[in-house]
Amino acid sequence: MKLNLFLTLSAFLFCLGVYGMLARRNAVMILMSIELMLNAININLVAFGALHGNLTGQIFAFFVIAVAAAEVGIGLAIVLLIYRNRASVNVDDVDLMKG
Amino acid sequence: MLIADAIAAPPSDWWAIAPQLVLGGTAVVIILMICVKRVDPGWNALVAAVGTVASGVFAWEQWRQVTTDANPRLAYSGMIAVDGFSAFLVLVVCVAAFLGVLLADQYFKREGIDRGEYYALLLFSACGMQFMAAANNLVMVFVALELLSICLYVLSAWNRDDSRSQEAGAKYLLLGAYSSAILLFGIALLYGGTGTTNLARMAEIFSENVTREPGLVLLGMVFVIVGLGFKIAAVPFHMWTPDVYQGAPTPVVGFMASGAKIAGFAGLFRVLETGLAAFEFDWQPLLVGLAIVTMLGGSILAIAQRDVKRMLAYSSIAHAGFILTGLASGTAAGVRGALFYLVAYVFMIAGAFGVVALLARRGERYTSLDDYRDMFRREPVLATVLAFFLFAMAGIPGTSGFVAKFAVFTGVADAHQWVLLTVGTVASVISAYFYLRLVVYMYMRPEVDEGEAQPAALPRVRWAPATVVALVLTVFFTIQLGILPQGLLDMAGKATLLF
Repeated sequence: MKLNLFLTLSAFLFCLGVYGMLARRNAVMILMSIELMLNAININLVAFGALHGNLTGQIFAFFVIAVAAAEVGIGLAIVLLIYRNRASVNVDDVDLMKG
Repeated sequence: MLIADAIAAPPSDWWAIAPQLVLGGTAVVIILMICVKRVDPGWNALVAAVGTVASGVFAWEQWRQVTTDANPRLAYSGMIAVDGFSAFLVLVVCVAAFLGVLLADQYFKREGIDRGEYYALLLFSACGMQFMAAANNLVMVFVALELLSICLYVLSAWNRDDSRSQEAGAKYLLLGAYSSAILLFGIALLYGGTGTTNLARMAEIFSENVTREPGLVLLGMVFVIVGLGFKIAAVPFHMWTPDVYQGAPTPVVGFMASGAKIAGFAGLFRVLETGLAAFEFDWQPLLVGLAIVTMLGGSILAIAQRDVKRMLAYSSIAHAGFILTGLASGTAAGVRGALFYLVAYVFMIAGAFGVVALLARRGERYTSLDDYRDMFRREPVLATVLAFFLFAMAGIPGTSGFVAKFAVFTGVADAHQWVLLTVGTVASVISAYFYLRLVVYMYMRPEVDEGEAQPAALPRVRWAPATVVALVLTVFFTIQLGILPQGLLDMAGKATLLF
């Protein structure tokens, strides 16, 4: 099995997610970047699971999917809260507290 | 079909997760109470307080069994560790949750955002912290961390019409989710390098010296330290802390500052000391570096703060540095000191934020340093209590803060890490400056400088019974652990021996 292909894909997607997290200013896009990171990790987990021949990786990936759904649910709720108050989901506008 | 027959369900060992079950169960009961009939949320708070006490009783019983029969064991196929370390920290989480419940009631009634769901979320979060303390598997570490974090994201945004609280929630969520992803990437690499997520099994693999991919393991280790570094707010991963602590409702901050840190340290201790013990010479320098920049960074940045909640946030960063010092020393005495420090810190930080919540008044308007000017004349009792906690955090002898710092530094001296010891001492001197500055403002600065606003004349703060109980408890234990620390030091020592 070409493990390296999977690991490279996963690392690439993860870095894409990190880039999006740091470069995007739209809160929804940032949440999507985080999703991308988590899914990159899923690829990693499943590939490693196949390498080691045990199910832990696959089962772990299910946990990650469930947790990611919960996280994004809460995330969108909080973003919506901010949108209702400021009519903007730009994270640069969320800057009451500094220092 | 055939596979289903082959997998046997692991035997249930309810006793191993009794404290967590009680907390989670209480949270479900509170939600059901709300579904059936909305009563005064004070009743929900009462149920929550009873639940934390009951959970603490189970944790204490676990602790007693584990230490007297000395039979630490693994339960649920190695998912849960029942040993001194887990029982000790589970108990500390119960204390933090209990104080969090007591301090919440009066505050939320005053702010007019009193809803019973708060207590359910707080208990779910505490349940996650307890699972984190007992986790012996990286899957468990991740799921427990998410359980506690997701509840805390909601709790920080609890005052949902207040834009500061919203902002705190958003910042905590985005950076928290980001750090969880980094941690998870580290976990995936550790799994890739060893083929297991069970920490005890991982240690066995390393001791048998069949490490297939040390590069993967080392990279994974760094990612895990970074991910958990976010949760314990270690410099340079602390950027979210001041904003979240300043914006979130103060009782939430008190709970978050103590509980999330306990959980983060529990995860860090467990992963490094159990799973990656073979790589001690690789992670120890990292922790020493983190501890040094965290202690110095937290103490120095706190000096520049004019907001008391923000200042306490930086102070909690500095405390994280001191606790890390104990772990970085790599000695049993250091870890014992770190565990003692965690307990002392829970009481100090919960008490300090409890007083700040009362003094901030409705809408959290009065939290700047200037609002604390001449506080002793206006609120003698609260000012004295706050001053006492500030002295304790600065590490004045006779308080738990002094004993905690002393215990940690003893471990560092045992390990002959003089750089760490010197930096730690310097950092505690620096941190004394900003703690004492607040005391000076409260006691000795009645006059107002030019261009500064006169503190507003406000009616006296009213005390609710739950708040009084919480403050009396925190003051009592801060004194008691400062004068008679031996009992807890022995407990912390036992907690390190078993894991």
